Amino acid sequence: MPRVLLNLPSQAKRGEIIEIKTLIAHPMETGYRLDSNGATIPRDIINRFVCTYNGDEIFRAELFPAIAANPFIAFCTVATESGELVFSWTDDRGQTQSETRQITVE
Amino acid sequence: MELTRRWIVLATAGVVFAPLAARARATQPALEGAIRALLGEAEPQRGKVKLELPSIVENGNTVPLTVSVDSPMTAADHVESIHIFNQKNPQPYVASFKLGLHAGRARVSTRIRLADSQRVIAIARLADGSFWSDSADVIVTLAACTEQ
Repeated sequence: MPRVLLNLPSQAKRGEIIEIKTLIAHPMETGYRLDSNGATIPRDIINRFVCTYNGDEIFRAELFPAIAANPFIAFCTVATESGELVFSWTDDRGQTQSETRQITVE
Repeated sequence: MELTRRWIVLATAGVVFAPLAARARATQPALEGAIRALLGEAEPQRGKVKLELPSIVENGNTVPLTVSVDSPMTAADHVESIHIFNQKNPQPYVASFKLGLHAGRARVSTRIRLADSQRVIAIARLADGSFWSDSADVIVTLAACTEQ
């Protein structure tokens, strides 16, 4: 399982805009590099990132090989209600990794 | 004999390196095609969007990028999506971000790769269907992507 770093507040006031920072360990192999034998190293990148807030999609990113290794994405959302945020990353092999964080909104 | 061997060396080099050189760059038509596919018939306007990138980077493997859009983020006037393009990487697209009403603030940060000194373009699509853009020129001293 790749390592994930998530930075977001666990508590927020209702209506407050919170910033969410995400990072996942991944080589983001572009498919344009050659190995020592001159053969192309096959492409292997995270091509999709989705964040849902109590089941509603609040942010989605489509990524290309021009995104740096260990993709970092920071975005904002409005704290509307207490609940859970689910973050999921999908790579070229179709594997998805998900992380969940709780948020308390007062 | 000498000439023959030289020709073989040159011909081999040409065969090996010509396709590599051609493959390692997104062509200007590819960039324009990708942008046109996003815009459709619309024309992007300058303004509202702010693309922040360092003007000189030492290492093209990881370049911090922040794009923000001046928008009240109300039901009638909010940012639907932000698209990032580049001029000289092998592919014109860098990333696209789908925001929406719940973003609160239209600002996204990430880190990108740049294969050469080039222009990066950000285009935002607003809820009313209009497009706004900004661009930034970056000088890269150590390139990414195609190097080992």
